[in-house]
Amino acid sequence: MEGHSNVHRDGEFHHHHSHGASTHHAGDHHLLQVEGLTVAFRMYDDAASEGEGRRAEGEGAGGPSDGSSKPGRIARWLRDARLFLAAPQREVPVVHDLHVSVHAGEIVAVVGASGSGKTLLADAVMGLFEPNALVSGTVYFDGKPQDASSLAALRGHGISLVPQSVASLDPLMRVGRQVRGFARGGDDAARSARQRQLFARYGLGPEVERLYPFELSGGMARRVLLCCALMDNPKLIVADEPTPGLDLALAQAALADFREFADGGGGVLLITHDVEQALSVADRVAVFLDGTVVEETAVESFRSPDLLRHPFSRQLWHALPEHDFAAAPARSPEAGATAEGGQA
Amino acid sequence: MLMVAVSMVVFSLVSLSPVDPVAANVGQAALSGMSDEKLATLQAYWGKDVPLVERYASWVSGLLRGDMGDSLRFNAPVAQVVAQRAANSLVLMGIAWLASGVLGLALGIAAGVRRGGAADRLVKASCFVLAASPTFWVALLMLIVFGVVLGWFPIGFSAPIGKAAADVTWLDAFHHLALPAITLSVVGVANVALHTREKTIDVMGSPYVRFARARGESTGSVVIHHGLRNLVLPALTIQCSQIAEIFGGSVLVEQVFSYPGLGQAAVSAGIGGDTALLAGIALVSAALVFGGNLVANILYGVVDPRMRKEYSRG
Ligand SMILES: Nc1ncnc2c1ncn2[C@@H]1O[C@H](COP(=O)(O)OP(=O)(O)OP(=O)(O)O)[C@@H](O)[C@H]1O
Ligand SMILES: [Mg+2]
Repeated sequence: MEGHSNVHRDGEFHHHHSHGASTHHAGDHHLLQVEGLTVAFRMYDDAASEGEGRRAEGEGAGGPSDGSSKPGRIARWLRDARLFLAAPQREVPVVHDLHVSVHAGEIVAVVGASGSGKTLLADAVMGLFEPNALVSGTVYFDGKPQDASSLAALRGHGISLVPQSVASLDPLMRVGRQVRGFARGGDDAARSARQRQLFARYGLGPEVERLYPFELSGGMARRVLLCCALMDNPKLIVADEPTPGLDLALAQAALADFREFADGGGGVLLITHDVEQALSVADRVAVFLDGTVVEETAVESFRSPDLLRHPFSRQLWHALPEHDFAAAPARSPEAGATAEGGQA
Repeated sequence: MLMVAVSMVVFSLVSLSPVDPVAANVGQAALSGMSDEKLATLQAYWGKDVPLVERYASWVSGLLRGDMGDSLRFNAPVAQVVAQRAANSLVLMGIAWLASGVLGLALGIAAGVRRGGAADRLVKASCFVLAASPTFWVALLMLIVFGVVLGWFPIGFSAPIGKAAADVTWLDAFHHLALPAITLSVVGVANVALHTREKTIDVMGSPYVRFARARGESTGSVVIHHGLRNLVLPALTIQCSQIAEIFGGSVLVEQVFSYPGLGQAAVSAGIGGDTALLAGIALVSAALVFGGNLVANILYGVVDPRMRKEYSRG
């Protein structure tokens, strides 16, 4: 059997991405692989329903039933009701044909503008969707294709999420209890010890355990969420914007922890709109634009724009503070916004 | 403060009512055969010509001494009648309040967790029917089905007929209480259940439940660990605002089941022109509803950590 690492040569294109020199191939396979992910939302289409209503109205006026007669009114009312119930819906595509992968032992940063669908990628990996989402594509974990139920089984038992929203903590439960979680058959004493250790690591005193989420600052809540993910000893961490609200030292501590976690053989999918941060810690960068990954490349490629394949990646490069702003080909205002976000 | 206002309103309403104390006491037949002289004496005795404010003052001063006057219908001090009746009613309403709260919470959660599922449709449909049914009608239906047709429960009163009060056991009392209490609970369930259902849908879609799921918690675990604690408080609020409604329902239910509680006494006092008793009951019920809401508010502060911390800080 030919080993996976044999196939990889530096910079070679493979599975839609090129590998960096430092990429570890611990398991000889992808820890996480997302293939052809497409997410659309079913939404009521106001414009379409009005159009249809008007069309039906026109037909009614030309038809035999006189709108002013009683049966005519009832018929029209029934038709309107039917139109309403038939719910003219529209599918709004948000993510399309997305490919991304994470090897064991590496951090892959997903960078892209706000609203481009990064959180939806995280949702797909966790197998959690809004009821109105239409999803297709395949998620492989540890080389095996997953379905909804196997992804559900992996939540908290292999894949852990650091959610984007600080509202992800139960407002009526003490923080310590939440971090320890409700895993079946867990060793309570061991979990308590681990929770204290994590709290200490992130500068959360023992008194924080007894606080409720409303008593935490934004940065404290972020650290608590981080502790939640690390608590469950995952193989893969999906971190959705884990650092906003943290001061530089704490943000760096969190990133260093991800690095250490990856060096220990774990995988991290780090979602961020901070390109600088991504470059400082990641092995590879997936550039996200308008609902898909346009380029998945080694961090080293960001040394020079010539190594970057996609114009948007080059734009990101130019927007980095140490590079020449003026040289950035101004294409979309969105890119500018991303760059500002990166500096902040 | 509130009670002062209530006492004034109660007194004016009762005084304005067309009930003639002399007629109410003496009876129609005796009244028509009575001499004018005697009538005048009686009217003076009942204070017919004393101005309203003066009568109010004497009533209130009596109240403050614990004297609520005498009941004509029951031929006993109002305080005594009210105390005995209130005990019966409080047990009835307390059970109904608790049972409808717990049942409503459970049904609401069951419905809300699987929105649109079979349980949801069943709960929603029955709650709409219940919310739309008049209390006395439900009470009559229960009485007919469980009391008359099935014969599981006695059809009225708080103890077996013809049994000496000393011989009445707890079991007897409970047996007689059951049907009115069940009826009152069933009537009160719809409101809590529907509110809890809405809340459950919110909670199940909240970021913290989503995150709990992302950490591998099953639906059952989510409901137990995060659902309940976030749903009990809103349910409690609804139940507190329901105290007055349960009280209103108890008047009808007591009437249908001839259950000797405050509500039934109020009805017979009203029909019999027993103004002193009527005023006394009105006052006590206002105090009960007010007290219930107060207790509930305090309870709320104790249960919700956000409120609790505010209290301890403020
Ligand atoms: N339930 C939903 N129904 C309809 N549209 C949705 C739904 N959830 C998300 N969207 C849309 O999908 C798009 C992508 O959302 P997503 O949360 O993934 O963005 P993001 O890249 O994570 O942005 P940010 O950096 O601000 O977190 C947005 O335009 C959003 O409006
Ligand atoms: Mg997001």
